[in-house]
This record gives sequence, C-alpha cells and structure tokens, in this order.
Amino acid sequence: MQREITVRVDGTARPLTVDTRTTLLDALRERLGITSPKKGCDHGQCGACTVLSGGRRVLSCLTLAVTQDGAEVVTAEGLAPGAAGAGQQLEGGLHPVQRAFVDCDALQCGYCTPGQVVSAVGALDEFAAGWPSAVTEGPGAPGLDRAEVAERMSGNLCRCAAYVNIVTAVLRAATSLPAGPTAGKEVDG
Amino acid sequence: MKPFDYLAPADAAEAVRSVAANPDAVFLGGGTNLVDHLKLGVAEPGLVVGLAGLLPSGIEELDDGALRIGAGVSNSDLAADPRVRERFPVLSQALLSGASGQLRNMATVGGNPLQRTRCVYFQDVTTPCNKREPGSGCSAIGGWTRHHAVLGASEHCIAVHPSDMAVAMAALDARVRTLGPAGERAIPFVELHRLPGDAPERDTALEHGELITAIDLPAQPIARRSAYHKVRDRASYAFALVSVAAAIEVEGGVIRDARIAFGGVAHAPWRARRAEEALRGAPASDGSYRAAADAELTDARPAEGLDGGNAFKIPLLRRTLTATLRDLAGEDPR
Repeated sequence: MQREITVRVDGTARPLTVDTRTTLLDALRERLGITSPKKGCDHGQCGACTVLSGGRRVLSCLTLAVTQDGAEVVTAEGLAPGAAGAGQQLEGGLHPVQRAFVDCDALQCGYCTPGQVVSAVGALDEFAAGWPSAVTEGPGAPGLDRAEVAERMSGNLCRCAAYVNIVTAVLRAATSLPAGPTAGKEVDG
Repeated sequence: MKPFDYLAPADAAEAVRSVAANPDAVFLGGGTNLVDHLKLGVAEPGLVVGLAGLLPSGIEELDDGALRIGAGVSNSDLAADPRVRERFPVLSQALLSGASGQLRNMATVGGNPLQRTRCVYFQDVTTPCNKREPGSGCSAIGGWTRHHAVLGASEHCIAVHPSDMAVAMAALDARVRTLGPAGERAIPFVELHRLPGDAPERDTALEHGELITAIDLPAQPIARRSAYHKVRDRASYAFALVSVAAAIEVEGGVIRDARIAFGGVAHAPWRARRAEEALRGAPASDGSYRAAADAELTDARPAEGLDGGNAFKIPLLRRTLTATLRDLAGEDPR
C-alpha cells in the first residue's frame, strides 16, 4: 500500500511515494540514493544506519518511512556546514566530528563510520544538554571522559574494533566544537 | 513482510477506535520492537496505527506530589528529567541501563512496558512457541535457557520480560492510565503484566485497542535512596541476566522499609514483597539482605537446558540484591 510523504533530508525537501513497509533506511538508500546510512544488521543492533531525525539520533532501520512525513532528517552527508547532500564532494568541508575521526584514524574499513559520526554528533548534543548516562555518578551534570564516551556510543558496533581511536576522536571533537554548551566541560583525552 | 495499511489518526480517541474495531490492527509507538517484528514475521498486522504526536509528551506534577509521565515521553527525556533523577534515581538508572542512545530516543514510556520478550525462539518463526503460536509448544524448555525465567514460569512458557524501566516502575508502585474502547481506567503497574500460565500469548492485562496514555509515579520519600543494578553479558547495550530495583529506608542501623523488584527472571517485572517483608525491622547487614533474597527465592525453579541451564541466576540474584542493598544502606540519603 502506497503513501505520499515529504521528508527533508540534509536540508532538501524530498517528496516520495513509498510502500507502507519501507523503512527510512531503505527510502534513503534505495529511493533517494543517499547511501551514507549503512545497512549493517537491519534489526537495530549495530547502529550503522544512525541518522538524526528532529535533531536526535535514531535508527533508520527501525523507523517506518511513513512516520517521517514532514520530518527533518540529517545523514552523515549533511552534517558539515554547507554540505550539499547526496553525492557531493565535501572538499575540506567537514564537521568537527568528521575531522576528528580523520585526524585520530578512528576507522579501518569505514563501513560503520557514517553511523558512528552521526551518533557521536547526537551524543555530544545530549551531553551538552546535561543528559546523564548509565556511568554518570550522582545527580549533577556529567563530565566527559573515556568511560562516558564508550557508554554513550555503545549502540554503534565496529567489527574492525577501532573503538580505542573512536573514543579518542569523540573526545577530540568535544574540545574542538565551536564555543557552546559543550565548551568548558572536563575532558580526559 | 506482509502488506499492511497505515493510519495516522487525528487524536488518541480515533487511534483507540481504529484498533479496537479491527482485530488485525496494532498501535505503533517508537517502533523499536514492532518494526523488527514486522521484518521477522513475528507480527503480521493488517493495519498499523501510528501514535506519533498523539500522546502527552510532558511530565506533569500533580497536586499530591505525584509525577504524571505522558505515554509519549521518550525514554531519554524521562531518564534526564531532573525531578526523576532526584526523587526516583532507580528509574533514571533503569532507563539508562537499557538499550542504546539511539533506541532510548525512539522508545516511549507507553511502548516500553509493552515490548515483547527477546526469547530467541519467540523471535524465530521457524521454531514452536506457545507465545507466538498458542499450542505449538515451548522450544526454550530444554533448549537455550541462559536468558530465561527462574520465577513464575509455567510448563507452557519460560520467557522473561525484557524491560528495565518496568522493573523500576514495579518497585515504585506506579499506576498505568489507559484509554480503551470502554473509556479510561487506571491499574497498578504490578498488575499490568501477566505470568504465562496456560495463556503465554497474553503479555498484559490490557484489552485489544486499550492504549496507555500516562504512568503516574506517587510521591514517596523512600525512593530518593534507590538504585538499579543490572548484570549482563557485556558492559552496555545488552539485556539483563538479572537486575534489581531497590529503595530502602534505614534508621539507626535498622531497615524501616524497602521496595524491591527483580528483572530478567520472570515473565513480568517481579515485585519482591517477601523480601521487603523480611527486611522490615531487620538490621542493615549482609545477613539480612541474603535472608531477604532467600525468602523471595524459595519458589525459584531454574530451567534445565542445552547450555547447562540457568541455575546460576539464583545465586547471582542473591548476590546482586545483597550488593545493591549494602550500597544503598551505606549511602547518605539525598
């Protein structure tokens, strides 16, 4: 059964007719040619399909496209300021989290990387908003250290096991992000 | 995946009418469990009714000091709420120990208690399962039992409920508010989930078409000194082998009162009233905590299985309860 929806993806309105069974992940990849969100497990266990919807990190493989009519979706391709989205080269125009992943060698095969990067952007926003994690001690605002990053990123698996440098990259990005709520937090790199 | 129609109703009342009128219809909340079941063939609805934007997504303070949590509140927002962190730390900790950041952003307070067991046989449509297909048999009995029940199971089903949030809600005497075809009602959270008995296909006491609209948390000073302790096969992003939600009131080295619930061990979040009773008036000591665990676990029955069975859960739960209560008793009340 078909439905007409319009999703804003990486800043561009994309009208679509989708089967009600289509996930957001398949709509992005197979219908719109936006292939940075990856299909790893397709069951919500690996995080490779992570995108932002309404500014929050979610799993596009467990999201039905019909529920995203009118939603604002950002993929790894749309993170950088001025990123044009699908298929465009991002010459030098990297988001600070993307820059940190490159600088810290936070990948091997790269398949999980777009999901890792989007998840890290979402996780750092959550941290900046004062959200606790399972390893946060006590009732106050959390500090950011390796244990906090590892816990907050635990929904993104890396089968090359590049975790050591992924954690370093996320901490690096936290300190290099422009002044904002994240700035001034304790960082243990 | 079997084709289905999709409806985005104008309000909750229309959502209830639409599902109630169609035995083949289901509600879609955050979708983290249902969408997976659509892919696996575990759920094959003819109509999916989307709830996005229809349910209250705020946390309201009632006149008697209770918190009314809208069913549309995300797990993330509930865990981060300063009132919840201060007054009900066990609930915030339980939420944060479940799933991943992405899933907690999607999952809702109304949907979380209604997620279904992660029993591998329930999720594998090629194997018999009384919960998925009543009368077909239970593949878990004598199968892989590491993640299965030791309390309240039946000869028809030994599955466990997977939610962490629900364990805290059971300990905190929460109440579930619903809207159904017959109108509104409120039921104690501990009466929401059923034990399997001879009808394991029914997880809860809700009728078809009955929708959770909010969960009320009554004010209770004891909950300020509370904690959730979850034991699992990896440090994060895994379901509980056993878990303990506990709140305790200690005065002069004596336990005045306690609230305790277990997760990962039964078809429902397991409110441990026998353990609570054993603790009241007892000295705050490891001996009391172990005796409380033993009082609750008298009727525990491990499952035998291909993997050596799950008898390990009984001493593991006893030790987890003891450690949780020891930490809480030694803590200055906030």
